[in-house]
Amino acid sequence: MNFQKRLLRAEPNFRILAKLWQVNWLYVLLICVLAGVGYGALYSAAGGSSRPFAGPQSIRFAIGLVMMVCVALTSPRVLVRLAWPLYGLSMLLLVAVLRMGHVGKGAERWLIVGGMQIQPSELAKIALVLVLATWFHRVNYRKMANPLYLLPPALLVLLPVGLVLKEPNLGTAVITGLVGAAIFFAAGMRIWQIALLLAPVPFLGKIVYAHLHDYQKARITTFLHPESDPLGAGYNIIQSKIALGSGGMWGQGYLHGTQGQLNFLPEKQTDFIFTMIAEEWGYVGGIAVIGLLMLMILGGMLIALRSRNQFGRLLGLGIATNFFLYCAVNLSMVMGAIPVGGVPLPLISYGGSAMLTVMFGFGLLLSAWVHRNSRFGEAETEER
Amino acid sequence: MIRRRKTMPRLMSRPDTENPSRGVFTRRALVVLTAQMAALGGLGHRLYELQVRDGDHYARLAENNRVNRRLIAPPRGRVVDRFGIAVASNKVNWRALLLPEETSDIPGTLDRFSALLPIEPRDRARIEREMRHKRRFIPIMLRDFLSWDDMARIELNAPSLPGVVIDVGTTRNYPFGPLLAHVVGYVAPPGEAEVAHDATMALPGMRIGRAGLEQTQDAQLRGTVGAVEIEVNSVGRVMAELSRDDGQPGDEITLTVDSGLQQAVLGRIADQSASAVVMDCRNGEVLAMVSNPSFDPSLFDSGVSQAQWAEWTNDERTPLINKAVAGVYPPGSTFKPAVAMAALRAGTLSPADRIFCPGYLDVGGTRFHCWSRYGHGSLTLRDGLKFSCDVFFYEVARRTGMDAIAAAAHSFGLGTSLDIELPHARQGLIPTPQWRRAHGQHWNGGDTIVSGIGQGFVQVTPLQLATYVSRLASGRAVQPHLVRAVSGKLVEGTDPAHWPALEMPDPFLDQLRQGMFAVVNEPHGTAPKARLDIPGVQMAGKTGSAQVRRVSRAMRESGHFDSSALPWEYRPHALFICFAPFDAPRYAVSVVVEHGNAGAAVAAPLARDIMTDALTRDPANRKEPPGQVVAEIE
Repeated sequence: MNFQKRLLRAEPNFRILAKLWQVNWLYVLLICVLAGVGYGALYSAAGGSSRPFAGPQSIRFAIGLVMMVCVALTSPRVLVRLAWPLYGLSMLLLVAVLRMGHVGKGAERWLIVGGMQIQPSELAKIALVLVLATWFHRVNYRKMANPLYLLPPALLVLLPVGLVLKEPNLGTAVITGLVGAAIFFAAGMRIWQIALLLAPVPFLGKIVYAHLHDYQKARITTFLHPESDPLGAGYNIIQSKIALGSGGMWGQGYLHGTQGQLNFLPEKQTDFIFTMIAEEWGYVGGIAVIGLLMLMILGGMLIALRSRNQFGRLLGLGIATNFFLYCAVNLSMVMGAIPVGGVPLPLISYGGSAMLTVMFGFGLLLSAWVHRNSRFGEAETEER
Repeated sequence: MIRRRKTMPRLMSRPDTENPSRGVFTRRALVVLTAQMAALGGLGHRLYELQVRDGDHYARLAENNRVNRRLIAPPRGRVVDRFGIAVASNKVNWRALLLPEETSDIPGTLDRFSALLPIEPRDRARIEREMRHKRRFIPIMLRDFLSWDDMARIELNAPSLPGVVIDVGTTRNYPFGPLLAHVVGYVAPPGEAEVAHDATMALPGMRIGRAGLEQTQDAQLRGTVGAVEIEVNSVGRVMAELSRDDGQPGDEITLTVDSGLQQAVLGRIADQSASAVVMDCRNGEVLAMVSNPSFDPSLFDSGVSQAQWAEWTNDERTPLINKAVAGVYPPGSTFKPAVAMAALRAGTLSPADRIFCPGYLDVGGTRFHCWSRYGHGSLTLRDGLKFSCDVFFYEVARRTGMDAIAAAAHSFGLGTSLDIELPHARQGLIPTPQWRRAHGQHWNGGDTIVSGIGQGFVQVTPLQLATYVSRLASGRAVQPHLVRAVSGKLVEGTDPAHWPALEMPDPFLDQLRQGMFAVVNEPHGTAPKARLDIPGVQMAGKTGSAQVRRVSRAMRESGHFDSSALPWEYRPHALFICFAPFDAPRYAVSVVVEHGNAGAAVAAPLARDIMTDALTRDPANRKEPPGQVVAEIE
């Protein structure tokens, strides 16, 4: 401990190295392993070729890795100041998507900037986590008894949720909302407040359902009865379950999954990448990937728990919860447990902006770890 | 309100009891973490259910997804002539099939398909009928004879046409068209009865023989159905063939027919309504069997139009009927050698016996006229045949009796069902008193007498006539046959020794042959026009002019009876039977020209030409078929 303190107080050039030393390299290794799993799966999704998925994805990962380390070394004091501009930028991008977004599969989700597809809703979630962590860092548990302190962050959550819903991207909107809710919960929102908020949910659910797009309703109906439309909306669910099931205990062998290789799996390189893995590697491979994802989330949560500042705690919890929701929604989706809804598997699914935002998220998480002992600007609980 | 917990020291770098936010966070984060891990654990369990517990179920579904089993109709066996020239073969036919089990929306698929390639209303009706009747794994033919353009159009639109596949099939091709239509027959799609009996008959491209050899040899020609397992991707594109069982292709049938000779015979017959059979009289191989007019058998494969059908069935010259086996005619004077054989065997006539012909014979108050009003005078059997004297044979028949005549005629193959590989062959009739009684009528002497000259109730087919000559010339009970080999394996009967000797003494047969030799080659014989123009080769034959209605006494006595003045359908049939070479019989020919008037004038020259063709066929085409056992003449 003394050694660390000495390092941190040393001169600036040396402090960078000291911080690098502080980076949780074990966690970075876990990230690399997951990305490696993704590389292998994408290699198979292309029928045994690094093009067009695995190669570009690994380049993005390399870029993301550098960015992640840079973010990890960034002081939370800087991040707190960046939170609001980043949030503002992501909201602007969300509006831009609605204005001039690229329409894919009946929904506007992407912006094309310099030949690159950007999915602002990904960035928006990270920005939301940052901005909420910043808010609750200052507004501590005691102040939260006053609902007035909850109102601004609630608006901060509802704004991106509303914009993403408008795209429409129900899955991401729900994840965004849940990430916000998790931060509210962890920040110390009172139980009675939660109960009060949840009371009208069934009523709201009906209204939301009435405003859903037809294809979204179709997803829900087909989810309940996938066999009613085996070649239409139910096709993905059925084929994905067939692919998973046919993997059996040991799998059909790498590059030999019949469902994936024969294109029965739609979007196998993105949303259905796990299906492909589980088909080829079987239950053993599937459960191993789930185990790695659990470690990734567990690691994120432990980082949050180790932080001595509220900002780092909420940041870690928010990011980890975000990744958890990605994993849970994606896995549930491909296993036919919830309706299909365009949610990728972090680090594994193909996708440029998703990879970069995920790595940005990990950078924030690692920053919380590196700066876990720093204490700053927390109201009422001054360091002794 | 704020509980200070010290239960989680290991998670915290330093106990931090002063900060309520941190305590709350720790508790709540642990709740969140527990929920998260539980959720992921639940998903792991779900994965276990899908992959391990229900793995077999899904593996089966995956296999069904991937593997497409299709039945394939085996190629139908070819039919070739004796020299291996195809007379019925298979033509490649690209066609679009619909696999009903692979599309959920058949009407929609059909609509999209017909937007690309129009489907005729008639086909549409057929498709709808097949959809009701066929099992879902049996493909339905949408369109056949697709061009490359058609196929490209379908391939491009494959994703919107689930269940539509392009398949190469075959259709029956008859390179010679009408030439061998009656012999080879034709094929048509199976009917509902056949499909009910055997579901594989519903396969597109399956054809069933409906006439001729296609019908009688259907079992051999058809082969057995195969199956192909192909791996397909999600849009039905074929990725790989997993296994293929082509089935058993149909056997190749080698005919005894020489298509070149057949062509020549048809050329001689030209536009007459006639039939001719050329047989190898040693072993019964039918070298040519012509029935004119004919039809194009290819028309049946895709269905004959109503108009075409009406045209055929209304034609009094019966193009659809194989006159050689299904046409029955009174044999007229060609019957006389059989009557003579009966008499010789019965001992009612010896070669030296003479019978006087005054131009008529009175029996039981009825006068039976000879064709020559002035009579032939005193005749031996040889003369009786040479001049074809009616009175001579009236008398011989009277002496011999109908039962003996019928027995001899049957031995020659007349009025019997021959063992020919053709459907609808008729048996003809050699009437007997017993037959007459069976029909509740009395046989009287006059019936025997008119039967003696091949009139009355006597009815035979041209094929029987050819068989009759073959037996007469060879002395063996040869049966006519059209199939020489099945898949290269010779059938029995190509060897003359296969056929048993007739129960007819050679001297008696010789008497008949001599008489028939005289008919053609001696002065005043009835058929000088049948004399061959080949040096050193002579032919023996017998004319016949078979009345199709009784010539009334008034007509005969009016003195200027001329049958060529009659309407076509009342004119007598012209017949001629013959064999050659006389001293080593090889070919037997029978010719029947419907309503051709006189055998001598019309049928005899025709028979001579046909025989000349048979004997002098271009040696280059005469490479012997495998298994030929009989030595070449000359």
